[in-house]
Amino acid sequence: MATIILFAPLIGALICGFGHRFIGEKPAQWTATGLVVLAALLSWIVFLGHDGELQRIQILRWIESGSLSTDWAIRLDRLTAIMLIVINTVSALVHIYSFGYMAHDENFRDNESYRPRFFAYLSFFTFAMLMLVTADNLVQMFFGWEGVGLASYLLIGFYFRKPSANAAAMKAFVVNRVGDFGFALAMFALFFLVDSIQFNDIFAAAPEIAATEIHFLWATWNAAEVVAVLLFIGAMGKSAQLFLHTWLPDAMEGPTPVSALIHAATMVTAGVFLVCRMSPLMEFAPHATAFITIIGASTAFFAATIGLVQTDIKRVIAYSTCSQLGYMFVAAGVGVYSAAMFHLFTHAFFKAMLFLGAGSVIHGMHHEQDMRNYGGLKDKMPRTFWAMMIGTLAITGVGIPLTHIGFAGFLSKDAVIESAWGAHSGPGFYAFWLLVLAAAMTSFYSWRLMFLTFYGEPRGDRHTHEHAHESPSIMTIPLGVLALGAIFSGMVWYGSFFGDHAQVNRFFGIPAHAEAVEADEHGATEAEGQGEGAIPAATELAEGDFEDAAAALVEPTEDTGGGEGVHGGVMAGGWEDGAIYMAPDNHVMDDAHHAPIWVKVSPFVAMLLGFLVAFQMYIRRPDLPAKFVNAQRPLYDFLLNKWYFDEIYGFLFVRPASWLGRTLWKRGDGNVIDGGINGLAMGVIPFFSRLAGRAQSGYLFHYAFAMVLAVAILLTWMTLGGVE
Amino acid sequence: MDSLISIVVFLPTVAAIILALFLRGDDEAARRNAKYLALIATTASFLGSLLILAQFEPGGGFQMVEQRQWIAGLTYKVGVDGISVLFVLLTTFLMPLVILSAWDVSERVKEYMIAFLVLETMMLGVFVALDLILFYLFFEAGLIPMFLIIGIWGGANRVYAAFKFFLYTFLGSVLMLVAMLAMYVDAGTTDIPALLTHQFSYDVISVFGFTIVGGLQTLLWLAFFASFAVKMPMWPVHTWLPDAHVQAPTAGSVVLAAILLKLGGYGFLRFSLPMFPVASDVLAPFVLWLSAIAIVYTSLVALVQEDMKKLIAYSSVAHMGFVTAGIFSANQQGLDGAIFQMISHGFISGALFLCVGVVYDRMHTRDIDAYGGLVNRMPAYALIFLLFTMANIGLPGTSGFVGEFLTLMGMFQANTWVAFVATTGVILSAAYGLWLYRRVMLGDLIKESLKSMRDLTAREKWIFAPLVAMTILLGVYPPLVTDIVGPSVAGLLDTYEAALDEAGLMTATAAADVVH
Repeated sequence: MATIILFAPLIGALICGFGHRFIGEKPAQWTATGLVVLAALLSWIVFLGHDGELQRIQILRWIESGSLSTDWAIRLDRLTAIMLIVINTVSALVHIYSFGYMAHDENFRDNESYRPRFFAYLSFFTFAMLMLVTADNLVQMFFGWEGVGLASYLLIGFYFRKPSANAAAMKAFVVNRVGDFGFALAMFALFFLVDSIQFNDIFAAAPEIAATEIHFLWATWNAAEVVAVLLFIGAMGKSAQLFLHTWLPDAMEGPTPVSALIHAATMVTAGVFLVCRMSPLMEFAPHATAFITIIGASTAFFAATIGLVQTDIKRVIAYSTCSQLGYMFVAAGVGVYSAAMFHLFTHAFFKAMLFLGAGSVIHGMHHEQDMRNYGGLKDKMPRTFWAMMIGTLAITGVGIPLTHIGFAGFLSKDAVIESAWGAHSGPGFYAFWLLVLAAAMTSFYSWRLMFLTFYGEPRGDRHTHEHAHESPSIMTIPLGVLALGAIFSGMVWYGSFFGDHAQVNRFFGIPAHAEAVEADEHGATEAEGQGEGAIPAATELAEGDFEDAAAALVEPTEDTGGGEGVHGGVMAGGWEDGAIYMAPDNHVMDDAHHAPIWVKVSPFVAMLLGFLVAFQMYIRRPDLPAKFVNAQRPLYDFLLNKWYFDEIYGFLFVRPASWLGRTLWKRGDGNVIDGGINGLAMGVIPFFSRLAGRAQSGYLFHYAFAMVLAVAILLTWMTLGGVE
Repeated sequence: MDSLISIVVFLPTVAAIILALFLRGDDEAARRNAKYLALIATTASFLGSLLILAQFEPGGGFQMVEQRQWIAGLTYKVGVDGISVLFVLLTTFLMPLVILSAWDVSERVKEYMIAFLVLETMMLGVFVALDLILFYLFFEAGLIPMFLIIGIWGGANRVYAAFKFFLYTFLGSVLMLVAMLAMYVDAGTTDIPALLTHQFSYDVISVFGFTIVGGLQTLLWLAFFASFAVKMPMWPVHTWLPDAHVQAPTAGSVVLAAILLKLGGYGFLRFSLPMFPVASDVLAPFVLWLSAIAIVYTSLVALVQEDMKKLIAYSSVAHMGFVTAGIFSANQQGLDGAIFQMISHGFISGALFLCVGVVYDRMHTRDIDAYGGLVNRMPAYALIFLLFTMANIGLPGTSGFVGEFLTLMGMFQANTWVAFVATTGVILSAAYGLWLYRRVMLGDLIKESLKSMRDLTAREKWIFAPLVAMTILLGVYPPLVTDIVGPSVAGLLDTYEAALDEAGLMTATAAADVVH
């Protein structure tokens, strides 16, 4: 079944991309879509039926050289299963949505066939992404890693006539390559250390790696730290973290369904997936994970500040994505990988929905993307409005504080923030405060987007507003499906991702000793009376949840009695089989559950503040923003210009590279090397010319002459030598 | 068939002789006959080489060896092992495509075909020769047809290019010849398999007051290095290549990039590493650094090129940097990767030069600025060009990735700094590759002169098809190569390391800087 899931999109891409001339455009598009929908359905079957056991399916041999042996193979565990449903569900919906969105596109001429190409790219992307998450070794993951990069390149540059789109596509690829540079070095280092790049071998050797020193570049380092940091550099590129984020906003040049699929729900989360996948190694690299936490928190904050002032609807959401990815990295950095995956999971639904909603607005507004030209669209696009509303409620984290009832983002974001607090470390506190601030800003810019777009008076071109219309149902139905995810995915799976240890262990297939589990459950049962757990359990039952609702009853656990037992047991079992790994001394998740009340409500308060400010500025006093801008002009420019990263990079890297290239070419190759050799030649050639006489064919003659001469000498010498 | 290898090697020359002796006139029919005969001969040679592959047993040492006495007491001895057999196949595989790509040439067609046919024999000879003198003859004689191809059918500035080519190669060849003489004195034989087991002295000696670590081995190594480094070409003796490529006709460029550049790499594998292990070990850091510099230097230069062919030529130098670094990492991954990279580069660079040829045939310029927005008129061409651009920048799933990946992995074990510097090549290659693609292919089609461009013809598609197939096939299933190469490389490394052990030197792998 996993094999079908994996290859169905590839087959779809090939049929659609190459076969549309033979079977027609529409059937080709439907074939691609149908195969992805099939993959999505099968993914859900796999996900729901998955028992946490690790499965490995070998497909074909791949790179083999000496002791290096890699296969094309599928590693199916809980992490993979989560990613399968995320990727395939969003992809299937985006495929369907694209029938509406791509129906007419003014970037192409009437008789041009662009739709099958678009669908083929989408399906190809899906395939590459599936390769990435099903990989059982790092190289195969790298295949998917670069494959999604290629798909992203193709799709960002889909409007190949637009210079800006082509520039953005290239930028995305090259910046990602900077990250890949780290990824590649990490692979080489791991092979050097472990003699294998198979996940299981690496995980099994993780404690050993942590005890090893490696000489890398100018110094000797702890091997685990080096590898973890290098891997994270790869993750930073793909997941657009601070310093390697510059490509993501520009990537919005691509068609909006692409932004929803690639630059919100799936590809950009690959970095988070990588860190979670490598959790057995990360757990042994405390400095590297501190670095991850700090970068993640800084990104969350930094991207949110830029999101405050952007006027392009897609760019606001893009920075929001960047910021939310920072949240995920914080959770992974402090060691609560399940919370990182939880936020990844819920974020995929609501962020895809926000993007598709934005696409619906853009579609209805004739490809106008500037929010300053929107306004009052609530009644013209009611279904889009409601979808966007749900998405906004989800991303800002609306829910009932201190319970587990709320929109998806409420549960997962709070889980991340509590985890940051629960780390009880310097980076943890840094992350906690920045994330709370970012939560306030998230709320502000999300509501700003809503208010500017759907409320108030219509602004901008009157003609466009008159023709503004709701999108066809082929576009709004996917929005509805995603809305379900944005509302419920948090509540339904809270226990599995961020419940008590036993539940999370079971969900992720982390082996634990029997008595440890027992002890844990015992401790958990004690907590049952404390009341909090009853509500989510009831909710889950109400939603007809097929998950283990009973387990949710004992949530949140008071891990008193069983905690130590679990930790002891985890280490003893074949823990490299687990989908994620938390070290025995990693109590962050439990500590997060014990966070004080003020910690638990702080994101909610931040969210309310952000909302109130946005309400004040964009509904009650629409003149306020302009005043603010005038009062704080330098700050506004700083944010509007995205902290001047592009300018700084242009100055630091792009221009020097081109200057260096030119210098090396003209001076190095031209003056020094050729100059030197010409100088030599001027001395040597006349000598040979005199020697050889003037021959018609010039240098060729010299050459042949020299060779003949050489052979003659050789022959003579050999004959003489042979006589000896 | 006892003389299968000889048949494969000399079949093209036989065809060339037939053309030279029997084909008269320069009318349409004569040209067509010349082309068809060349195509048939090269194809037959390819089929013959498939038979060689079928009989080949991986890991079995030199096979299908033929030995005969030749003039003046010289020995004619040929055979293949795991290192050379795939180069033979690469050559025979590409030559029919090269002939096809020269189908539209109208000037002196007969001579053109003869040049290519002779060239094929010479190149194949280098790979199969098992005698020092024979190797030298093939190695040097192969340059004559290449000279002619550039000199007669080349561009405007061909004299300068030939001049450069001559100077570079001449010095290296002389030194190599001297080294070969010295080897004969020392070992008393010119038989390559015998030389492979012969141990050259590595006692420290002193020449003109310089103390030379590794002694005779180092001197011999340096002499060979002078010749092979130019052929590769390695930085800083690479400057002949961009000029040669720019002046060469398309088919000539393809042969030059796809096959001739591999002679140097093959030489390192056949001579430098196994025959002079101590010297190789001593000088490995030197080569590794030259390679790392080459990768970054030429990639940066490629970034600012304005001529399509020059850009690809510089990118070839960078890719050959991976090869030399892989070879002198002296471990299984490095060597496997280096051979893989050479094979793969044969397909990819050949295809890229063909891609340039496609637009050059239509527009007669290689200036990047003269193009733009070709995707509008040439979708099939855009797809092919994209595929090979991606392969060139080492996208996993194409053959370009496997070679780069393995060589870098090998380098990392030898020296992390070198690996670090070389890996930046993957960023730079993406930059220059996509920058080229963007300027030539993407954007709107504005230039009036391009508006009548037609897409690939059927013949052009047929030339690209096998290259596309090989690039993807080797990228997805590299055991096709590594299964054949691996055992021979392992054997080479065994003797290499044994020699180093004997010399009391730490081997590259034993010197691993893991400290527990």
